[in-house]
Amino acid sequence: MTDQEIIERINSSLAEEFEYDLAAMTPETTLFEDMGLDSLDIVDLVIVLETAFGMKVREEEAIRKISTLGDIHTFVIGKKRQTEGA
Amino acid sequence: MLLRRVVITGIGVVSPFGRGLDKLMAALVAGESGVVPLPALAGITGMRTRVAALATGVDPMEIPRKFRRSMSSMSVFAALACQDAAAMAGVGPEQFGGGRLGVSIGSTTGSPQTMEEFFKDFGADNSLERMKSTLFFHIMNHSCASNVAQALGVTGRILAPAAACSTSSHAIGYAAEMIGLGKQDFMLCGGADEFHPLTSGTFDIINAASVAYNDSPTSTPRPFDRDRDGIVCGEGSGILLLESLDSALARGADVLAEVAGFATNSDPGSIANPDASCIAQCMRLALADAELEPGEVDYVNAHATATEQGDIAECAAIAEVFGGATPTSSLKGHLGHTMAASGALELAACVGMIRRGMLIPTLNLDNVDPRCANVLHPRKVGVGRCETVIKNNFALGGVNSSIILRRYHQ
Repeated sequence: MTDQEIIERINSSLAEEFEYDLAAMTPETTLFEDMGLDSLDIVDLVIVLETAFGMKVREEEAIRKISTLGDIHTFVIGKKRQTEGA
Repeated sequence: MLLRRVVITGIGVVSPFGRGLDKLMAALVAGESGVVPLPALAGITGMRTRVAALATGVDPMEIPRKFRRSMSSMSVFAALACQDAAAMAGVGPEQFGGGRLGVSIGSTTGSPQTMEEFFKDFGADNSLERMKSTLFFHIMNHSCASNVAQALGVTGRILAPAAACSTSSHAIGYAAEMIGLGKQDFMLCGGADEFHPLTSGTFDIINAASVAYNDSPTSTPRPFDRDRDGIVCGEGSGILLLESLDSALARGADVLAEVAGFATNSDPGSIANPDASCIAQCMRLALADAELEPGEVDYVNAHATATEQGDIAECAAIAEVFGGATPTSSLKGHLGHTMAASGALELAACVGMIRRGMLIPTLNLDNVDPRCANVLHPRKVGVGRCETVIKNNFALGGVNSSIILRRYHQ
């Protein structure tokens, strides 16, 4: 899976779950201010990512620090590469 | 007796006939049935009934995702009906956030659909890892009441009675008492339920669901009819906006009807089978609450779900209290049994009848069961005296309720 494919899957999964305009999603899009998510949504965001990529990230320290879509892209791409290299 | 007069100033309806009281009344006057075939039920082993009365005209996307995410369909029905009731009454954010408006809305259970989805997923591998953050808000018993309050910004009281088929009558009766006592000035009250095979199955296994009319769904249920064979489950939401008369007059609101009395009692004789004497006592208590004599009631809107035991017991009770000359009908033939919504939806229709001076007969009542012939069954839609009505609901669990409405006079 290329980085671009990972980004597209993240964006489409989150757009569907949170009914957000896919075309408006950029790496700078903030989860709380721009997308209007709250703490309950972040719980579901983790489930969406785990389901979309078949990985466990709930206990990861890094997932608690994300604030933009770009942070998620970087985090997931890093996890995928880590898994592939293992 | 209510210490302050309580009136209805708004009505919201989500029913098998669509959204709004006008659609409901048009269907009732036209003698339409909301019952449809549900062939998917054939895929459930042991399920014999294949019909239901499903809500129509509902677009959940009208509700912003922030509020919709914690709603199952029953809360969506309730929220839309509340919006409509408030709009009809001219009540909005000022009242929602003023602390004097409360919510009293119940359902039979929390969302059975969400519970099914959760346990199916949970059972696959005994894992909670896919459990959504909002699951609990779908399945908690006060799901409808809380979701409505969140969506509208209500800061007053929250009550979520649960008494199966008596749920919304309880919700409305207790709401009227709160206003009567001066604890609140407005209450959005009623009930909601979503269809699920568990509901139909519950009645089917005790031989109380309709199974003989799967090929002609609009012929069932048949309250009071000699050829009835049981309940048809439905869904929807009925909401009344109750208000103190003083508040309604001060606002210049259009008063639709007055809540004159309410009573509820327990029937400890059986958890499943109604008892005529307990039903009669419930109606007498409601009459006493309204300070009315039986002869002052023009019409009885019966619970009558088209079960043999229920219909016969209710007729015996009505005959005992009112004699045999008070017009009586059930709206289950049109609406099916909308469970926790039934009391409120049928009360909404009673307001429609009072406003139009019109009585709606029981749909599918072609040949009165001789054991139900002790009351007067109007057979055609007709203009009739309809100043004061009593509405009954009786629930599994031995819970009876009766509410008396009357045309508003100063």
